[in-house]
Amino acid sequence: MTTAVAGTVGTTVTTRSRTARDWLFTSFGLLSTLLGLVALGTLLYDVVSDGAGRLSWQFMTSYTSRRAADAGIYAALVGSLFVITLTAAIAVPLGVAAAVHLEEYGGRGRLSRLIEINIANLAGVPSIIYGLLGLGLFVRGMGMGQSVLAGASTLALLVLPVVILSTREALRAVPSSLREGSYALGATKWQTIWNQVLPAAFPGILTGLILSLSRAIGETAPLVTIGALTYVPFAPDGIWSPFTVLPIQVFAWVSRPQASFAENAAAGILVLLGLLLILNATAITLRDRLQRHTR
Amino acid sequence: MNSIACTLRTGLVVLPLLAGAACGGGPSESGAPAAPRVITADGSSTVAPVTEAVAEEFQRANPGTRVTVGTSGTGGGFQKFCRDETDISDASRPITPGEVAACAKTGVAYIEIPVAYDGLAVVVNPKNTWAASMTVAELKALWEPAAQGKITRWNQIRANWPDREIHLFGAGVDSGTFDYFTEAIVGKTKASRGDYTSSEDDNVIVQGVGGDENALGYFGFAYYEQNHDKLKLVAIDDGDDKNGAGPIAPSPESVKNGTYRPLSRPIFIYAKVKALERPEVKSFIDFYLNQGIPLIREVGYIPLTDREYTMVRGRFSARTTGSMFEGVDSHSQLTLEQRLTR
Amino acid sequence: MTRRRLRLVVEFVIERALFLSAAGSILITAGIIFVLLFETAAFLREVPLADFLFGTVWTPLFFDKHFGVLPLVTGTLLASGIAMLVALPAGLMTAIYLSEYAPSVVRRTVKPILELLAGVPTVVYGYFALLFVTPKLQALVPGLSGFNALSPGIVMGIMILPLVSSLSEDALRSVPNGLREGAYALGATRMEAALRVVFPAAFSGISAACVLAVSRAIGETMIVAIAAGQQPRLTLDPRVPVETMTAYIVQVSLGDTPGGTIEYRTIFAVGMLLFVSTFVLNLFSNWLRERFREEYS
Repeated sequence: MTTAVAGTVGTTVTTRSRTARDWLFTSFGLLSTLLGLVALGTLLYDVVSDGAGRLSWQFMTSYTSRRAADAGIYAALVGSLFVITLTAAIAVPLGVAAAVHLEEYGGRGRLSRLIEINIANLAGVPSIIYGLLGLGLFVRGMGMGQSVLAGASTLALLVLPVVILSTREALRAVPSSLREGSYALGATKWQTIWNQVLPAAFPGILTGLILSLSRAIGETAPLVTIGALTYVPFAPDGIWSPFTVLPIQVFAWVSRPQASFAENAAAGILVLLGLLLILNATAITLRDRLQRHTR
Repeated sequence: MNSIACTLRTGLVVLPLLAGAACGGGPSESGAPAAPRVITADGSSTVAPVTEAVAEEFQRANPGTRVTVGTSGTGGGFQKFCRDETDISDASRPITPGEVAACAKTGVAYIEIPVAYDGLAVVVNPKNTWAASMTVAELKALWEPAAQGKITRWNQIRANWPDREIHLFGAGVDSGTFDYFTEAIVGKTKASRGDYTSSEDDNVIVQGVGGDENALGYFGFAYYEQNHDKLKLVAIDDGDDKNGAGPIAPSPESVKNGTYRPLSRPIFIYAKVKALERPEVKSFIDFYLNQGIPLIREVGYIPLTDREYTMVRGRFSARTTGSMFEGVDSHSQLTLEQRLTR
Repeated sequence: MTRRRLRLVVEFVIERALFLSAAGSILITAGIIFVLLFETAAFLREVPLADFLFGTVWTPLFFDKHFGVLPLVTGTLLASGIAMLVALPAGLMTAIYLSEYAPSVVRRTVKPILELLAGVPTVVYGYFALLFVTPKLQALVPGLSGFNALSPGIVMGIMILPLVSSLSEDALRSVPNGLREGAYALGATRMEAALRVVFPAAFSGISAACVLAVSRAIGETMIVAIAAGQQPRLTLDPRVPVETMTAYIVQVSLGDTPGGTIEYRTIFAVGMLLFVSTFVLNLFSNWLRERFREEYS
C-alpha cells in the first residue's frame, strides 16, 4: 500500500523506502543503546586494567604516603564506613518518621502538600549546594569544625529526601487490609503502625535506604566543600576527628601527575565500587529474605 | 513477624542513641588524655612534600602520633596559624608584616625555621622546541597585570617564536610561590595578570603543563624533579653577569652557588611556641631538623649547608621568636647564613 | 492515670514528633536559602548585582578584583551543552528502542545495566575523563589541551544518558497500547508509529526528562573539577581550559578562606546562582510534566 492513509503516515514515499527507513531507525536505536553499554564496559575495563594490579593486602591496610608504592586506602576506607554509619544513624530516624507522618497521619491540607513539593525539589538540588549548607551551618555556624559529625550531618541532609520518598513508597505498598485488621482488633493508630505497617514495609524501606547510602558513599563535592582534608594518614577515632573518605582519597590521587598515583586512584576506585557492590548485594538479599517471611 | 525484621526495627531506635552516646565532649577534646593530639600543619604547597615526607617517617618511628598536612597556600596557612588553628605553618616565603601584626594581635608567638632552598622552576611542555630560555624582562612582560587579555600568543614575547596561543598555569593567590614569583619577576608582590589557570596545588600545574603543548607554568623545583619526564625547564637570564652570565637553569648546584637568580629562595616552617609545650610537637620539629635533612634531597629540594643547619637548630633550642626578615627586603643580597648570625 | 489514658498521651506525643520530623524537611530548604541568601546579601553589599551577573572578568581572588560571573557561566553552559549533545539524542533513541522495539528479555537485561551507569560515583567518571578520554581525544582533535571542556562534557553526557533514557522510557511506556495499535492498523511502520504517535503522546514526560537532565549537568561538580581546568574564561572553544561554577566552589574550598571575607562570600554568591538555576529548571520540568500531560482514562 503506497497511497495516503489519514495523513499521519507518509503519502508520497514508497513502501520500500519506508521499510528501509524503519530499518535504519532500528539500527540507530540499537547503536544508541549499545553506546551506553559500551561506555560502561570501557570505563570498567580501563579502571580494572589500571588498578587491579595495585590491589593487595598492603594497599588495603596502609595509610596514604608520598611514595605511591607505599600509599594505601586504609584511612579512607575506615573514614567512609564511619561516616556512612553515622549518616544512616541520623537520616534513618528522621526520614522514616517524616515519611510515616506524611503517609499515615498527614492531612491533604496545604501544609502537607507544601512539604511534599518541598521534598521533591530537595531531591533535585545539586550536591555541592548541600556542601555549602554544611559549611555555613555545621562547620562555621555550629562550630563542629571539619569533623566526621559535620560530614555525616551534611550527607544526612543530602539523602533525607530520597529516604523519605522511598519510605513513603514502601508504606503505600502495604495493603490497607493489614491496617484495618489491626484496628478491628482494637489497636491504636501508633500500635498498628509500629507492629504491623512498619515491619511489612521494612524491605522497601531498607532498599531505599541502601540506595541512598550508595549515593552518599560516592559523594565527593559536599565533603570537599566542608573541608575534608586530602592528606590524612590516620583513621578517625571519634566523631570530632578530622577524616577522609574513599572518593576524596581517589580525587587527591587523581590530582597527582605521576602515573603511579593514577594506579593508586584506579585501585581506590575498585575498592569503592567493591564496597558499593557489597552494599547493594546485602540490600537485595535482605529484602528477599524479609519479603519471603512477611508474605 | 520474624526476628530479623524485629532486630532491624529495634536498630532503628538504638542506632541514634549509640551515636548520641559517642557525642562526648566538644571539638576541643579528642581522644584519651594520655594519647598525643593531632599535630596540624598547613600552608605552602611547595613545602608540603617535605612536611609530608617528614610526617610519614615521624609517624612510622613514633606509633600513635598523628600529623595532618594541609595545602591552603602560604597565605592561607598563615591565616589559620595566626587564628591559632594550626601548630605549624609551611611557608615558601617569609612572613609578611601584615601577618606579623595578625599574629601579634592574637598572641601567637612563633619560631621561624628555614629548612631548605628552592629554585623556582619555569617549565614548558617537552614538545615546546622554541622556549629554551627567557629573560627576566620577557617573563615580566608575560606575567605583569598589564598583560592580562593582551599578551596571549608566543610571538608577542619574542618575534621569532611561533604564532600560537600561550596557556598559562601558575600559583594561586594564597601561595607563597605566587608572592615570591611576582616580587622577583614583576617587581611588586601579588601584582600579576589574572587570566591563567591558578591553583594552590602545584600538581594541577604539572598536569596542565604536561598535557598541553602551548603551556607555560611555574612552581617549586621539587615538582619538576618528581615529574621531569613530563616537563622541560626554561633557563632564566637575569641580565646580571656578576652571578653567572647568560641563561641559567635551576639545579641543586646553581641554586646553592647563587647563580640561579632571581628565583632562588629559602623555604620555611613556622612553629607555634605554645604548641611546643606538647612533647610530640617538639620532637616532630627536632626530627624535621635532623632526620628530615636526607628527605629534603629525596623530595627534590636543596638542603641548607651544615653550618646553616647548626645555626637553625640553635635558633630552635633557644626558642628565638620573630622573623629574620622583618623590615628587610627579602631579596636583598644577604645570604641566609648572614641573617642567621644577626 | 489509667493505662488507656497513658496510651493516648503517648500516641499524642508520638504524633507530634512525627509531624516535627516532616516539617523539619522544610527547615532544610529554609536552611539552604538562608545560608545562601545571608552570604550573598553581604556579597552584594560590596559588589553591584549588575557587575556580578553581566561582568566578563572573574578574578575575585587576585589583587585586581573583578566579580563578573559570566566566564563561570559560559564554562558551565559549554560543558553542559556538550553533555546534552551526547545524552539527549542517545538517551531518547535508547528509550524509544527499549520501549517500542526491544523484546522484553533485552529490556530486562539492559535496563539494570544502564542503571549501573547512573550509580557510578562521579569521581570515577572524573578519573575516566582525565586519564582515558582526554589522551584519546588529543590524538583526534588538534590543539586539545590537557584540561578542556570537551572531554568532561562527553563523559557527563554518558553519565546522564541513563537518566534521560529511563525517564523517557517510563513516559513512552505509559502511553496506552491502543494508540500504537491504531497506528499499526493504519499501516504505519514501527518508526512512524514511534515518532509520530507515541512520542508526541509522551511529550510531557520526555520534555520534563530533558529539562531535568540539563539541571543535572549544570549541577555536576567532580567531573569538571578534575578534567575541565581552573581557568575562568569567556569562550565557546571546547578545547581549552575553562572553569565551571561548581569547579570554582571546589577550588576555593580546597584552599583556605576565612569566614566573613569577600572571597568566602563569592562561593555562596556563585552557589546561589547555581541553586536558583537548577531550582527554576526543576520547577520548569514539573510544570512541563503537568501541563502537557495527556489524560488517558
